[in-house]
Amino acid sequence: MQEVRETTAMKPPVTRIGVLGWVRTNLFSSVFNSFLTVVIIYFLWKIVPGLIRWAFIDSSWTTTGAECRAAGGACWSVVTKNLRFIIFGFFPYEWQWRPLLAMIILFTLLIVSRNRSYWKKWLGYSWLIGLFVMGLLLRGGLFGLPPVESTKWSGLPLTLLLSVFGLTAAYPLGVLLALGRQSRMPAIKSLSVVYIETIRGVPLISLLFMSSVMFPLFLPEGITINNILRAQVAIIMFTAAYIAEVVRGGLQAISRGQYEAAESLGLNYPQKMRLIILPQALKIVIPPSVGILISAFKDTSLVVIIGLFDLLKTTQSTLSDPRWMGFSVEAYIFIALIYFTGCFSMSSYSRRLERELYRGN
Amino acid sequence: MSNELPKNNAASSPGDPIVEIIEMHKWFDDFHVLKNINLTVHKGERIIICGPSGSGKSTLIRCINRLEEHQRGRIIVDGIELTNDLKNIEKIREEVGMVFQHFNLFPHLTILENLTLGPVWVRKTPKAEAEETAMFFLEKVHIADQARKYPGQLSGGQQQRVAIARSLCMKPKVMLFDEPTSALDPEMIKEVLDVMIDLAKEGMTMLVVSHEMGFAKSAAHRVLFMDDGEILEENTPVDFFENPQHERTKLFLSQILH
Ligand SMILES: Nc1ncnc2c1ncn2[C@@H]1O[C@H](COP(=O)(O)OP(=O)(O)O)[C@@H](O)[C@H]1O
Ligand SMILES: [Mg+2]
Repeated sequence: MQEVRETTAMKPPVTRIGVLGWVRTNLFSSVFNSFLTVVIIYFLWKIVPGLIRWAFIDSSWTTTGAECRAAGGACWSVVTKNLRFIIFGFFPYEWQWRPLLAMIILFTLLIVSRNRSYWKKWLGYSWLIGLFVMGLLLRGGLFGLPPVESTKWSGLPLTLLLSVFGLTAAYPLGVLLALGRQSRMPAIKSLSVVYIETIRGVPLISLLFMSSVMFPLFLPEGITINNILRAQVAIIMFTAAYIAEVVRGGLQAISRGQYEAAESLGLNYPQKMRLIILPQALKIVIPPSVGILISAFKDTSLVVIIGLFDLLKTTQSTLSDPRWMGFSVEAYIFIALIYFTGCFSMSSYSRRLERELYRGN
Repeated sequence: MSNELPKNNAASSPGDPIVEIIEMHKWFDDFHVLKNINLTVHKGERIIICGPSGSGKSTLIRCINRLEEHQRGRIIVDGIELTNDLKNIEKIREEVGMVFQHFNLFPHLTILENLTLGPVWVRKTPKAEAEETAMFFLEKVHIADQARKYPGQLSGGQQQRVAIARSLCMKPKVMLFDEPTSALDPEMIKEVLDVMIDLAKEGMTMLVVSHEMGFAKSAAHRVLFMDDGEILEENTPVDFFENPQHERTKLFLSQILH
């Protein structure tokens, strides 16, 4: 009889398992790593307790500015006491439930849309209806809702308006530009190239300035175009150019064989692109596209320079109130959290989408 | 084996011409890649094209469905002349199936979706009917059990059989094969050739770029030898391999037969 070796019951060496094993392999694997670990622990020990004391123990949450100064810790009251102005800006106070409801509709739609199995016709219709209702809530003028001038739209609803419309309109436009740049028709190709390279050659700020200062000069007397719309167009044009370049990279990664197989089946150009090439190309460029969308989302805060009161600007105005001066750290932490939530959701969703799309093939 | 196949060559039973190539030339920039090509393919005929690498075999068959554009002469497929007219090109591509060396299945679609795509979008077949046809052809290439998988999960031989089935789903009048077995591991070549021989038995019109002598002898009516952009020799399979006329054909055969 041969000796049967007990391989199934073997356990990994002790140092590799348990807390001690984790600490050893991750924190003290070499002299240099041990040194770094010690230094970092030292700094954390110096900083964290003070931070917790400032943010939570000594902090004031619902006081006046003066009381905050007396307490010495973080003054979250600057946020809580001014929350409605920071979020809704100049939207008439008694009607602020309208943008609130619009945002709730938007978030509901966004959350539902995260699930790919819901990407059916009814979701498209829901978005159309949702957009209509949101517009109605903001503008008013129907069903007994008093109209609210778009100059009053401000704060978080404005930021969301600029980003959501900006990004959803910029993406398809960017894809079209990328296709245009690949086109065999010289006119379309050079138009796309000129557009993309021009836009990429100027900063967003200058586009915003041009759209708000120069553009009206070319319009006939008496015709004005909404300031928000102009900023929106500038953001869309800017973002689309960057999306176009990313998508072009994806298109180049698709082998010629895929084009040829599609063509040899008799598919025409739109079918070939929509059914074969773009699904593969766009999947490849999910990570860089989301990178662009995230920076575009943050860049919407640049509209302050053309006088729009987005989330950043309403926060700044709050801070210029003498009663609340000096608490900018707290206020900025608050809006940083809002921006972070938006960006982090986008990037985690992109990772999830990638995982789902790569499953099976 | 060979006597099972209807060997009605062009002379004894001339089907109607399905592909006519008349004094055709093609250049890649300054490079004269195809020179004065004349070729008529009749319905039900099977033609093997062989020749050294770079001689223009792929380019020739790719001209037939306009994956490449010719600059002089005429190509007429199923009565339609190939010009720059996009509608004509798409019409011809519906009737001409193509099987590539590297399969070129669509990796983001399942096998079944690969097969129904053309019929549904090009031929406007209802989806249920297209799926039924797809399953029929998957049975035929012995791979029906893989219908829900993605191409990346299949072996090379299986992928190539799917690619053949994908073309068949369009009910083509002519099938072009560009070295269908040369990217395959040796043990998978037979399963693909067997499928092609089955097709031949059913009378499919086929133009095959291949050096598979066995396939040529058992299924082909004619063998063309190309070198340097020209059709140098044309013969029956048996005579071609056993009694080559041209010096360059002899040299080529001595190289592929070792
Ligand atoms: N798209 C192209 N542009 C330029 N030259 C090409 C192109 N495709 C093929 N060629 C050249 O044309 C010649 C014939 O190619 P091909 O038809 O693929 O030969 P074969 O299939 O017989 O090996 C080769 O010299 C090849 O380098
Ligand atoms: Mg070739």
